[in-house]
Order: sequence, then C-alpha cells, then structure tokens
Amino acid sequence: MTSPAMIHRSESAVSVELQTPDMTLNIGPQHPSTHGVLRLVAKIDGERVRDVEPVIGYMHRGYEKLSEVRTYAQITALVNRIDWVSGFANEVPFIVGVERLMGVEAPERAQWIRLILSELARISSHLVFMSSYPLELGATTPLMHSLREREYILELIEEVTGGRFHPNFNRVGGVKPAYGGGSTTKKQSMDLPAGFFQRTAEAMDRMDKICDDIDSLVTGNELIKMRTVGVGIIPADKAIEYGLSGPNLRASGVAYDLRKADPYLTYDQVEFDVASASDGDCYDRYVVRLEEIRQSVRIVRQAIDKIPSGPLQTKVPRVLKAPKGQVYSRAENPKGEFGYYIVSEGGKMPYRLKIRSTSFSNLSILPWILQGQLVPDLVAIMGSLDFVLGDVDR
Amino acid sequence: MTKRIAFPFPGLGQGMWLTLKTMFKKAPVTMYPQEQEIPVPRARGVISLDVDNCTVCMLCARECPDWCIYIEGHKEEQPPSKPGGRPRARATLDRFDIDYSLCMYCGICVEVCPFDALHWSPEYEYSEDNVESLLHDKDRLTEWLATVPEPPALES
Amino acid sequence: MMDFLDGFWIQLILKVVGILLVVLTGALVVIYAELKIGSHMQSRIGPYYAGGRYGWAQPLADGLKFLQKEDLAPDGADRAVYGFAPYVVMMSTIAVFVVVPFGPDLVGSNLDIGAFYLLAISSLSVLGILMAGWSSANKYSLMGGLRAAAQLIAYELPLVLAVVAVVVQAGTMSLNGIVEAQAQPVFSIGGFDVALPYVIQGQILGFGIFMIAAVAELSRIPFDMPIAESELTMGYLTEYSGIRFTMFFLGEYASMIGLSAIAATLYLGGYAAPGIPESLGNFAGPGVLLLKIAVLVFVIIWIRWTWPRLREDQLQRLAWTWLIPLALLNIGLVSIFKVVF
Repeated sequence: MTSPAMIHRSESAVSVELQTPDMTLNIGPQHPSTHGVLRLVAKIDGERVRDVEPVIGYMHRGYEKLSEVRTYAQITALVNRIDWVSGFANEVPFIVGVERLMGVEAPERAQWIRLILSELARISSHLVFMSSYPLELGATTPLMHSLREREYILELIEEVTGGRFHPNFNRVGGVKPAYGGGSTTKKQSMDLPAGFFQRTAEAMDRMDKICDDIDSLVTGNELIKMRTVGVGIIPADKAIEYGLSGPNLRASGVAYDLRKADPYLTYDQVEFDVASASDGDCYDRYVVRLEEIRQSVRIVRQAIDKIPSGPLQTKVPRVLKAPKGQVYSRAENPKGEFGYYIVSEGGKMPYRLKIRSTSFSNLSILPWILQGQLVPDLVAIMGSLDFVLGDVDR
Repeated sequence: MTKRIAFPFPGLGQGMWLTLKTMFKKAPVTMYPQEQEIPVPRARGVISLDVDNCTVCMLCARECPDWCIYIEGHKEEQPPSKPGGRPRARATLDRFDIDYSLCMYCGICVEVCPFDALHWSPEYEYSEDNVESLLHDKDRLTEWLATVPEPPALES
Repeated sequence: MMDFLDGFWIQLILKVVGILLVVLTGALVVIYAELKIGSHMQSRIGPYYAGGRYGWAQPLADGLKFLQKEDLAPDGADRAVYGFAPYVVMMSTIAVFVVVPFGPDLVGSNLDIGAFYLLAISSLSVLGILMAGWSSANKYSLMGGLRAAAQLIAYELPLVLAVVAVVVQAGTMSLNGIVEAQAQPVFSIGGFDVALPYVIQGQILGFGIFMIAAVAELSRIPFDMPIAESELTMGYLTEYSGIRFTMFFLGEYASMIGLSAIAATLYLGGYAAPGIPESLGNFAGPGVLLLKIAVLVFVIIWIRWTWPRLREDQLQRLAWTWLIPLALLNIGLVSIFKVVF
C-alpha cells in the first residue's frame, strides 16, 4: 500500500491543500451595508479581497413585465417605486418619453413645477447618501442630522403632491391638474398651495446650513480623509467603459451632466454649475454629491422666481392611446442616467418598456474595483457608489 | 476642502464643536402618540366614499393598478318622474370594498371618478392586527368622508 | 465605634462593598449618560419612558432584560473557558479600583507599587478576550478575538510608557504618593502657593497619549474595528447573551470609569483641589475626583458620537509608528527636566 505512486499522490494532495489560502466569504443578502439585498461572494485572502462576484435579483419585482398590462397612467404610479429614495425623478423620463411619442407638449408652468420637484428629489436622495455613508465609516451623527433636514424637503413635496416618497404627480401633457374628474373636484386645482414659495425659500436656507454642518462634521474630518482619500480610485476611461453615470462619473473627471448635455424640461433656462472632481476616489464621489446639493439649491431658488403662471396640463383625450413607434428618453436622476425605452404598437398599453436603471450599470464596476482591496475598504467603496437595490433589480 | 491632513487636525475639532452645539439645542421630536403631527390637507391618507354620488360606473375598479376595489351593484326600478312616463332604472351599490392591504395610495381611482364619489382624506391611523380587517367596506368608507378637509388656498 | 471600624475584617468588607457599589452604580450611570448625551448630540431624545420623564431607569430595564435571557452556549464551545471569560474581564476591571484613591484615606489599599499593579491587572482583560474568542467555536469570533487582542496589545505599550513618565516625575509608584506630589506647590504668587496638576506641569503630551491609548483599550470609536466590522458580526462577543453579555457590557463601562479615574489621578491631580483644607480631604476628595472623572468620561462619549472609525492597519500604524516613539520621547524629556531642575 505504499507504492511510489501513492506516496506521490498523497504528497501532492497535501501541497495542493497548503497552496490555497483563500476563504470564500458570503457577504450575504441580509447585511447592514449593502443598501438592500445584495449578495457578494467574495474570495478573501487574509484581509485582501481576491475576487468578488455580485449576485443580484433578490428584489426583482418585474416592472417591465407589469408594464405590459398596464396603461400609461397606471405605469406612472408604479414607476415611482423603482428608486424609492428619489421618488419623483423616476417618473420624469417616462412621462417625457410618452409625451414625445404622442407629440404632446406640456405647458410652461408644468415644466417648471416638474423641475422644482426633480431638484427637490435630488436633494432628498443626496441627503440619504450623506446620512448613510458616514454611518458605514463609523460616524453616527451625520445620519440623524441629514435625515432631520430631509424631513423639510419631504414635507414640501407632500404639500404639493400629497405623497412624500411616491408623488405620482406627472400626467401625460403636464402635471396633475385637479383633485379628480367630477364636476366639483375638477374645480379644485392641484396647483402650488399658498405659502409654498416662502416655505421653499426657508427650506433652501436650511439646506445651505446642513451642507455647512456636514462640511464641518464629515468633509473636513481627518479621519474620514484617512478612510476615503485614495481608496477605490476609478480612472475616467474605466468609468466610461463600465457605463458609470451621474456623480460617480463626474468624480472621475468626466464632467458629463445630462441637464447640460441634452437638456430636458426647462434646464436650459436656469444657471448652475456641473460639480466634478478629478481623482475618482471615494472622497471625490462624496464631495461631488455635496456640491450637487448646493447647486440644486441654487436651481430651486431661481425656479421659484422664474416660474410663470398658466395651465397645468394640456388637453389630452381621456383614453390615452399612443401611436405606433419607439422612443428612448433619459434624464439625470440623482444616481445617474436613468432611461426608458418605450415601444408602442398603438393602444393603451405599451408593447414593451425597457428600463435603463442607473444603479445596475453603476454596480457593474464592482468586480473590477473590489479586487485587491481590504475588507473594510469594501464597505467604503460600495457605499460611495450609492446604489439602491430596487434600482438594480427593478 | 483639500485632501491634505494638516497637523493639529482642525477638522476633528470642528466636528466636535458642532455636536456640542447640537447637544444644547432642543430636539425637534414629536412625541407621538401624546403629540400628533398634523398632515398637510393634500396628504393621501385614506380614501372615502360618498355613496349618493356613486353610479356604479366601475371606472375606479377598472383603472386601479392593483385591482383592489371590489364593486357590486344592481339596477333598481324607480317610479317615472312624471305620470305616464317610462320607469327609470337607477344603479345602486351593493358592495364597495377597498382592500387597503393592496392599495398603493396612487390616487388613480379618485382622479378618474366622474361623479365626485371618492375623496382623499389625510387620516392615517387605521392599522389593524390582522389583514382581513384592512378591507374597508361601504360603511367604513363613508365614515371617512367626515374627515375630508377643504382644499388649501392656492399660491397667487 | 471608631475602634470597631478599625478592625481589619470590617474595613475589608466595607472597602469591598464600597468599591463594588461605586463601580456598578457608576457603570449604570455612565450607560445612561452615553445614551442621553449621544441622543442629544444627534438631535433626538434618548430614553424617555422608562421610569418617569427622563428615562433614568433605562439601563436598569436593559439589565433586567438581559438577566432573564436563556443561558446559551454554542454546541462545540469549551464550556469552562466560555463561562469563565466574562468574569476574567470583569475581575480585571474591578481590581483596578483597589488602588484608586478617592481621598487621602479612602483607598482600597495604598500599595507602594500602585501604578505597576494597576497596569499589570488591567492587561489581564486581553486574556479574557482571547478566551472568549477562542472558546466560542466560531471562525468569526476567533478572528475577531485575535484582531481585538492585537489592537489591545499594541495600545498597552503607549499606556505603560505614558504612566512611566508620570512615575519618573513624581518619584513614586504609589497613587497616593503621586497625588501628593501634584499637590506640592510649584511656585507662589504673593504668598499664595500654587500647585499645578501634571497635565500643566509638562505632561500634556503624556496625557494625550494616555487618553488615546485608553480609548483604544476600551475598543470604542474611533478604535472599534474589532467590534464593528470584524467579519460583519460582533467579533468575540458574537456568541454571548444574557448574564455573560451583561458582564462584558458592564465591564466596558466600568473600565471606562476606571481608566478615567487613573487619568484623573495621574494627570489631573486626583482627589486634591486647590483651596480645600486638609481636614475636609476625606469628604471633599470623592466629589472632586468624581467631577474630574465625569469630565473625562464626557470627552470619551463626545468623541464616540462624532468621529468615524479607523481601519485596522491605520490603527496599528498609529500605535507603533507614532504613539510609542512619542511616549519614549516623553519619558526622555521628563527625565531630563527632572534631573536638570
């Protein structure tokens, strides 16, 4: 039983075993820092990550299939829930696309109201990032401060639309014009309530203040700099190659913002700067989002001065049928470029609705960027990409 | 903000000063349930039904994305408006249930009703212990009608 | 009556009961303070309903909740070591209070080697943590325990070296003696003798090093990598629940008080304060010391709620490449000044 072949085989078995120090760690679906149910199958060598495979799909809700049997108004109500942190911003590209398909143009006042609500959604989404990202790094206070300020924004959105997170305020041809379809309710207009401009101005002052507070708590903090500067650098060419968009792309040095490159709504009538940074590490992605809050505040302040009076919705037939055709419409969501590809065969329901969600493309860079990182940096990098699983899985 | 770390670490001190200041301010907390947050008039809390206006046209049940409204009705003969005319038929509601365990609070039903029968109300305190009680029937929906507020004044 | 109180066994029982009361009540008070201070720093109200308006009974309620939990041990755990580990940590924490002087006579035992004793005893807690990590029969607990042990050992050294500098300056290792040495007047202003605590008498660097090392010994933010992210569970504490977890929990807060008490004694002047006559020393002493402990505990809580945490390698680099050379430099400077002046 001790033939030379057997001895060789046993020795080779031992040496093969000793040469595999990797441990496969399942950073499972339920975990506090993965922004939802994301599973990462990570091969770890001591403290270094060798290989990461993200497993998604735990939250697939079937939006694209649901849209095949729902009318355009019903889809508008459903679509709010894709990226639940920034509710209004999910509806805008869809409605703009359907309007393009039907050849309908929304009136000026409606476009301005859509712009104000989109920017409020952007501030709200970035405040959630401001609260959850330092929490992953260990600082527990910015969480509460940012969410406290977010309440003011949500209250503003609720005053106008009736819903805090899921406004469902867009209609084909404008925004929701009246409370209902009956003879009395049609006279009750859903226009901006009294005092809205003054409360918005106060809320924007608070947003400036919370940006300064977060600057002193987080941005200037040397420990945060030690944790995020130089960590998770994404060069510009890799960012474009993997299809990143939004603040992630702008932090790598590519100053591409759809609001300037391909203006929709009335973005060409307001002045603002595109926030960008040059290095592409976690600190830059964080700083870009903070700067975007300030720019959104600037846009909202201009909008409440410039908004004209007028009707809220152009006349469209009660039963909406889109003509045959296809359209791809995209918008600058808080998390990046969000697009809808709508194919219509005539009829009340679209034939196919394909959703180009931001977080799905942003997530695709994870296997490349997490290679060779330390385990605590894994959490810091994932947090800085700011994805939401509802957006990834739809 | 530079990325350099300067020696006496001024950023750390700034953060500590901010938390110290916040410690002495009053916390903006509403102690529910002793104090209540009053929602805005347009808040979508619960849907109420005005039975007299409903003509059982079924538009709300058809347009609901979740199909959570259950309606049954029948036609009743009514006496003619003047003697010698033909008898009229009027649709009456037997059953109008909204299942709040499915409802998305999107408001499409309220919007498409052509007869002012459905109204939004900002009431939100109707949580139940079991799911079956979340099916509000006609009587319960009529109770909510008293809580519907006046629409707010508009921005001039 | 006073003869009765001088009896050896009576004094021993009084001291033991007194130390246990101080430590455990102090731990509960500090837990409540952390909850309340932390919440107000975050713009919210902390405990509110437990026991009246300010929620002062919250730690008691938490303690009762833990006490009525089931006594679990994992399947493959080594029961003897698993059960004993929390008590090792707790014992080493309480034993520190034996030498802390609350007044000129209010001390558990005025050891001549006070400083040496307390450093030796407090490093036993590392053993308790290793026992907890190893005996939990859980891969992640073991790794968490090893990581925690590495951190604690790395930060023991600056702690010890900082204390050495104080001992050199005071000339004695007994804690009572160090307090007396700080109460010696340094200079007089118009006939009024001014005594300065060591932190102003040139030990500011040592004080900084001691406080950083103390926060790291407590495994609190900014040094709580072992607990927060060690393989995504609680590290060496994963498998503990019920009374054993309470022991670890109370032990952490008790050692917070203990290390603050030592820092107050070594650097801030202990139970002595200017203007208190000798006769009142035993009555005013505890109050003064508790005030100084309260200030230091507040600073530790304040730091916990404001700053993020350091990564493991940054933590180790801070200890080995910055704190230890600075502590050695500190000893050198103090020795030179002591000889020259």
